[in-house]
Amino acid sequence: MKRGLEPQWVRWALIGITLLFLGLMLVVPLAAVFVEALRKGMGVYLASIREPAALSAIRLTLLTAAIALPLNAVFGLCAAWAIARFDFKGKGLLLTLIDLPFAISPVISGLIYVLLFGAQGALGGWLAAHNVRIIFALPGVVLATVFVTFPFVARELIPLMQEQGGEEEQAAITLGASGWQTFTRVTLPKIRWGLLYGLILCNARAIGEFGAVSVVSGHVRGSTNTLPLHVEILYNEYNFAAAFAAASLLTILAILVIAAKNAVEWHRKRSRAAEEIA
Amino acid sequence: MSFRRYSILPGFGITLGYTVFYLSLVVIIPLGALILKSTSLSWDQFLAAATAPRVVASYRLTLLSSLAAALVNAFFGFIVAWSLVRYDFPGRRIVDALVDLPFALPTAVSGIVLSTIYAKNGWIGQFLEPLGIRAAYSPLGITIALIFIGLPFVVRIMQPAIEELDPEMEEAAGSLGANGWQTFSRVIFPSLLPALTTGFALAFARALGEYGSVIFIAGNMPMKTEITSLLIVTKLEQYDYAGATAIAVVMLAASFLLLLGINLFQRHSGARFGRTA
Repeated sequence: MKRGLEPQWVRWALIGITLLFLGLMLVVPLAAVFVEALRKGMGVYLASIREPAALSAIRLTLLTAAIALPLNAVFGLCAAWAIARFDFKGKGLLLTLIDLPFAISPVISGLIYVLLFGAQGALGGWLAAHNVRIIFALPGVVLATVFVTFPFVARELIPLMQEQGGEEEQAAITLGASGWQTFTRVTLPKIRWGLLYGLILCNARAIGEFGAVSVVSGHVRGSTNTLPLHVEILYNEYNFAAAFAAASLLTILAILVIAAKNAVEWHRKRSRAAEEIA
Repeated sequence: MSFRRYSILPGFGITLGYTVFYLSLVVIIPLGALILKSTSLSWDQFLAAATAPRVVASYRLTLLSSLAAALVNAFFGFIVAWSLVRYDFPGRRIVDALVDLPFALPTAVSGIVLSTIYAKNGWIGQFLEPLGIRAAYSPLGITIALIFIGLPFVVRIMQPAIEELDPEMEEAAGSLGANGWQTFSRVIFPSLLPALTTGFALAFARALGEYGSVIFIAGNMPMKTEITSLLIVTKLEQYDYAGATAIAVVMLAASFLLLLGINLFQRHSGARFGRTA
């Protein structure tokens, strides 16, 4: 027992409620994904994952994440350097604007790109004339994903770098290091766990995003279907075993994300404790 | 007074420049397109699209089910956070890690699995059916999905607040003759209220805009089980861009006001800024 004065029966009652509530709300759904996925046996499960539409959905999902991640990482690093290392006017407004995508419903995140690039959109006529397709095509899916995952890395790095302060960088510059050397040898080692943490969260959202991508993708099988959209189509076709097979892949990924997140948190705590001792 | 204070560190111009450029490209210009589109409607057109009976029914459903879900999460989230911080029990660390599941699980997966469990022949639905309770394809089902996705907010914001409680405060209350319940309700609860309110508001805000986890379990009957974000998608699929835009603007305004309120409240109460994904 850690602390507190409450009687023993209160403790056990509260622990009981906790386990019951989380069991019902989290463990039951988690187990159900795998039970439903394997309901028709391993053969059907493997076949549903290996069919061409599923494979192309997996490919598109990974490709989208592979584009969104570096873009938002570079942005996050730039934003953190500018915001955490310098004082300038309008910083508060800039921080609010960076948070904006978190405040917006995923459906609206998709809608804004349809309004901009869709057939009836602001730039739709020009795009059609030049034969460029953004909505109902890969660029739309990537744009919507970049939008919804936009703040993750920046939000992780800005408070971290603010907390660390810029004295070590200033020392490096004074001693003659170039800006790039200072960044790669002083800053980057200090923020690597925070950066990794932000990337993990960003990646999880990029792979799992549904609402925003659903609005811009047009659900073209084999070309603009990401894995979550593939799950939706199969489910709506009453092909439950295949839908849950695809869903189980996403669930395994979610479990890996949680494990990675906890591992990074553990490392961060440890390196912080080591710093305090030193 | 200059735009920025002097620093010997390099790279201010390029990093801030790129930040503003990328932000404009990805966020500001597309959002501007939404605002621009909404100004192409006359006031009467906007009002007609945003207040049609079917749309108003969806607002009511979305607000009420989000409110109910956030209340349930505030109650149980408090207990979960309390147990995880203050008590040691077998499997506590795994249970703690599991709380992040709704953040990590794609919403489409949550949607299909919840609707399967709560369907009338599902794992939980089969026990509710004889009691006359219909969970899937009803407002109750929508609320269940919203409880699921909002669950981590309250827990993750309450945990640091509970950890920082000063044990001496409790001991002082106890030594001055307060019983357990008095200590909780008059000393502990008031100091946790700001964090609880913030967690509640964040769960509520998330629920208002939720789409993926709800649409499978909702049944999506106009006037009855159709949430606002689904209505936007329906309007888009019918190429009613003006209608979709009008509803989206109302939703955006609501979530901005809510987040502004949360920020002001946090500044006012001095509560720690919640770190949520």
